[in-house]
Amino acid sequence: MAQMMYRDAVVTTIAEEMERDPNVVVLGEDVVGGMGTAGGPEAIGGIWSTSTGLYGKFGKDRVIDTPISESAIMGAAAGLALAGKRPIAELMFADFIGVSLDQIWNQLAKFRYMFGGKTKCPAVIRMAYGAGYNAAAQHSQSVHQILTGMPGLKVVMPSTPADVKGLLRTAIRDDDPVIFLEHKALYGMSGDVPEGDYSIPFGHARLTRAGQDVTIVSSGLLLGFCEAVADKLAAEGIGCDVIDPRTTSPLDEEAILDSVEVTGRLVVVDEAPPRCGLAADICALVADKAFSSLKAPPQAVTPPHTPIPFARELETAYLPSTDKIEAAVRKVLGWR
Amino acid sequence: MQLSRDALLRAYRQMKVIREFEERLHTEIQTGEIAGFTHLYCGQEAVAVGVCEHLSNDDKIVSTHRGHGHCLAKGCDVNGMMAEIWGSREGLCKGKGGSMHIADIDQGMLGANGIVGAGAPIAVGAALAAKLNGEGKVSIAFSGDGACNQGTTFEAMNLAVVTQAPCIFVFENNHYSEHTGVDYAVGTARDIASRAEAFGMKVWRGDGTDFFSVHDTMREVLEYVRAGNGPAAVEFDTERFFGHFEGDPQRYRGPGELDRIRETRDCLKIFRASVTGAKLLDHADLDALDAEVLKAIDDAVDKARAADRPTPEDVLADVYIAY
Ligand SMILES: Cc1ncc(C[n+]2csc(CCOP(=O)(O)OP(=O)(O)O)c2C)c(N)n1
Ligand SMILES: [Mg+2]
Repeated sequence: MAQMMYRDAVVTTIAEEMERDPNVVVLGEDVVGGMGTAGGPEAIGGIWSTSTGLYGKFGKDRVIDTPISESAIMGAAAGLALAGKRPIAELMFADFIGVSLDQIWNQLAKFRYMFGGKTKCPAVIRMAYGAGYNAAAQHSQSVHQILTGMPGLKVVMPSTPADVKGLLRTAIRDDDPVIFLEHKALYGMSGDVPEGDYSIPFGHARLTRAGQDVTIVSSGLLLGFCEAVADKLAAEGIGCDVIDPRTTSPLDEEAILDSVEVTGRLVVVDEAPPRCGLAADICALVADKAFSSLKAPPQAVTPPHTPIPFARELETAYLPSTDKIEAAVRKVLGWR
Repeated sequence: MQLSRDALLRAYRQMKVIREFEERLHTEIQTGEIAGFTHLYCGQEAVAVGVCEHLSNDDKIVSTHRGHGHCLAKGCDVNGMMAEIWGSREGLCKGKGGSMHIADIDQGMLGANGIVGAGAPIAVGAALAAKLNGEGKVSIAFSGDGACNQGTTFEAMNLAVVTQAPCIFVFENNHYSEHTGVDYAVGTARDIASRAEAFGMKVWRGDGTDFFSVHDTMREVLEYVRAGNGPAAVEFDTERFFGHFEGDPQRYRGPGELDRIRETRDCLKIFRASVTGAKLLDHADLDALDAEVLKAIDDAVDKARAADRPTPEDVLADVYIAY
């Protein structure tokens, strides 16, 4: 085990995979940083420091600094993948899928199926998502809801440095397009990361707290909020299973259903808006497949159906809080 | 064309307001009181002011993530802007938008924009509306050298040409997009105007550190576009005095670069030297304005600090339905 930050787990894993497989290439805005300036290449990396040092190690043909052209970046990733490479393309902010969605949705996601299985499409699209920085409506969004709904894509949401390593390795080696969502509030999170060739298969949730009374499902920034609530309630003798799905497509339905069969109570906490989202999806899953175990109606804790506001007070009010999560847990506990 | 004394004083004051607004934000941001990402316009004042001094409220502009200068030049209220950046509900966007999303539709300011390249198509739409209204009004898209690489910008230019929209694409080439140099990121390096030309537009080029170059160039451009000749594009060479965003360590700059551009490429110094040299204004006139502007900015900060904070209920306002 090594102590490592979430952001460093990104760079380390990419470097290890680039070392192992010459077909792995990186592209994105400022992934080198300093190109065409007096400071020179790598004078300063991208704003998240998730590609630091790659250019020096692997050179300009494998670490491709691009102009601000997200549509072309995603399209080039699609073309690289069709032509036998394993691109890792970066969107600086997940919100920028807006500019580049055709290449992700109508191209990357569709190729393997639409071409009758004749091709693989091994592209990883990494992006920083999530609120907590007062970056307002166009730089704070959680987009897994949109992308999870797109057949052909795999969607990964690591919540710890170890999961970054294990899941990113699997993503890079996967033959389908994988959306890799990094929560920007977690980049500075430190944790133990297994050394060596560590990988985590997709579709395997992680149980982060164990209890008999309530099942809480969450990921990213809010997972920490849920764990805090679970720890608080544990002191009162209330036990919560806290489940981090790790991948939203494929989704580990079994882990969630098994837990609800014991607890009979479900709270899903998600950072995306409430309609047609992951929380609604998991509530529907449980209503359908674990109906007879339920002791209370499944609860979704999400932001309201509004764009993300700027001011500190507003963003705080917008996001699910530990208070709101605790209230939802107490609500399912107190049902009838 | 010689500007009147009043027009000169006004232009200087506008540039100075932007300068001091940004310099003050630079200091205030270090205290941690201001939230979010802030991109300062310091160094580029002559472009925003040289363009907007020609416009009325019925002419529209669409801005960028580096929008404070465009907003102030187009007539947005200093106090309302400061309050917005402070996240107050008395801000121009009630604290919902912040630095990157300041808008004031009544002033013809259709919004700063957090998405690079999003502005140009919107400006074309506003220009098409102006064409329908038939009153000779125009719409202006401000874009950076980085934004000129975005497909949306290309599409907007072509759409403007084929629809003969009274749209003006103003490219502010400050040589950097985030941490990357224009020589790397723009295939036509320091010549963005030629791209616009290739789309079939008449283009101009000007010195963005010289208010008079910008103002004179824009007079010609506006005459051309208001006369119904379709769209046009202008490229201004300029400088950004601060980092890409506040907190950027700017290691991509050359040694002494910041001092050099502050010394030799400062549009306020250049303006002052030019008007005092030609005996159009005295140093005393300008010093008086400097003092007045500093006071206005102090006031704006005091007011922003004291302004009402938003309440949790405000989250659910101004959206057609909130679940
Ligand atoms: C679609 C999109 N891509 C990337 C970014 C991140 N970003 C913000 S500003 C910027 C650089 C813009 O450069 P330029 O257009 O030259 O404007 P300047 O910052 O120099 O004013 C980048 C890459 C963004 N906000 N939107
Ligand atoms: Mg620029």
